[in-house]
Amino acid sequence: MSEVLVLVDFVNGAVKKPTFELLTIAKRIGTPSAVFIGAADQVGTVAEAVKAYGAEKVYAIDDTEIKGYLVAPKAEALQQVASGKDVAAILLPSSGENKEIAARLAIKLGSGLITDAVDVDADGTTTQSVFAGGFTATAKVTTGTPIITVKPNSAAPEQSAGAGEVENVAVTISDAAKTAQIVATQPRQATGRPELTEAAIVVSGGRGTGGNFEPVEGLADALGAAVGASRAAVDSGWKPHSFQVGQTGKVVSPQLYVANGISGAIQHRAGMQTSKTIVAVNKDEEAPIFELVDFGVVGDLHTVLPALTEEITKRKG
Amino acid sequence: MNIVVCVKYVPDATADRRFEADNTVDRVNVDGLLSELDEYAVEQALQIKEKRADEEIKVIALTVGPEKAADAVRKALQMGADEAVHVSDEAIAGSDAIATSLVLAEAVKKANGGSVPELVVCGLASTDAGMSVVPAMLAERLGLPQVTQASVVETQGDQVRIKRDGDTATEVIGGTMPLVLSVTDQSGEARYPSFKGIMAAKKKPLETWSLADLGVEAGQLGLSASWSQVQETAARPPRTAGEIVKDEDGSGASALADFLASKKFI
Repeated sequence: MSEVLVLVDFVNGAVKKPTFELLTIAKRIGTPSAVFIGAADQVGTVAEAVKAYGAEKVYAIDDTEIKGYLVAPKAEALQQVASGKDVAAILLPSSGENKEIAARLAIKLGSGLITDAVDVDADGTTTQSVFAGGFTATAKVTTGTPIITVKPNSAAPEQSAGAGEVENVAVTISDAAKTAQIVATQPRQATGRPELTEAAIVVSGGRGTGGNFEPVEGLADALGAAVGASRAAVDSGWKPHSFQVGQTGKVVSPQLYVANGISGAIQHRAGMQTSKTIVAVNKDEEAPIFELVDFGVVGDLHTVLPALTEEITKRKG
Repeated sequence: MNIVVCVKYVPDATADRRFEADNTVDRVNVDGLLSELDEYAVEQALQIKEKRADEEIKVIALTVGPEKAADAVRKALQMGADEAVHVSDEAIAGSDAIATSLVLAEAVKKANGGSVPELVVCGLASTDAGMSVVPAMLAERLGLPQVTQASVVETQGDQVRIKRDGDTATEVIGGTMPLVLSVTDQSGEARYPSFKGIMAAKKKPLETWSLADLGVEAGQLGLSASWSQVQETAARPPRTAGEIVKDEDGSGASALADFLASKKFI
């Protein structure tokens, strides 16, 4: 059977959950092969993790020469891994960097590209949520080796024992690819909460928090949720941009989205409209967010959320 | 030096957006405008020019699109761009990002007199397709470094340095011109055209080019030549309105808790 290459996202010593989701999807299409571009001494850890989700092969590319440069070397490396093999598809987790890698790879391989798929079926047909979640589109790559970036939370990862056979791949990176240098890196501070785009539950705060996110964070912790913020909250400096849910921030589609003190302007809705269940708390009963909700509370989040958090804790005990 | 800013004319996100019967985006029967995220690209190009006021720098706004797309580069002229180019050809309709980047790459070079300009500036993503791939594709096609997704931009001589808020870390990226730069909405508020700017724009050059002007073959472009095909587009059914309760002495919290429990979240 043809191979399906899955680019591994590896951060802080662990393979990220979306990689397992992609391996599960890869299995529908062909034989999953993970591609790991990273430190040689982490290959073992990666192989152990990905083989549990079906990876038959792990192509390992040492990133010593690559990691100091932005995007272009990884695209070249992927092209060289794919070369000469019978590849049915190349899957990458959707992220800012990976979409750019996929973009350059598409031109190198002469292959069609589909980004931000929320589902991929066995024949490579993708499903996307477009126009701020207003439309669903199905599509298919018709030229070359399909390159597809897949959003987190698109599939439930299925454990499946694969061989995880490691194959080291030596790649040659051109000088032209080593021209955008990563001069400095400041890792994100770990919040101890789930990652926003991967979380099953997201609790967000907006202008109505007045800058005090404690009620929001208290509820998030009671639910084991990620914390998000509206653009207004980010623009006011209450939370960093990495917390922003919206058209120009992160687009999330969790099982449950709780919007607190967020009016629900289109900029924000574009980032969360396709969540399975939507709940909102807002003082203003005219707030547009209430048009989207499965349940809404007109009230002050500073009283409602702590009371809710207490109630949840009580019910757990 | 020349700075070529690529901008897109997109359907207004606050109005109704739709697809044609062939599943291409309706760009004709809808209100369109310069994509909001591209305003930041124009803004950064203008700021670079203003910070380097002792140099001769020309900001050229470029767009590929149907007839009305000229409005996108007109807005850029009103903001302060010096010249505009609008590439328009029926054969381009229905092109995917890959084909669009081909047309843009050729137009970028032609706008610069035949060679790559020092700086090509783009927005983070279009507000219709939102793929975020064209800047990287342009870099690939033009053989240039990509310094992309910048929230802060600094230039000095031929050096460009940016801050990039990546998924797991904030990075400082440096490159030497010529290069492709893309900027996010965090890079600095985009200016509104002043009345003076709007009047001045009327006298600035706006050229319209067809594929023949670029020497690009129509066969590589358009819907039928696309390397991927959309099979179906369907409007999502609107969400049915849910229950809204007013909070009175803690009633809101308990009602919400009941709802969450009914959905098995707690």
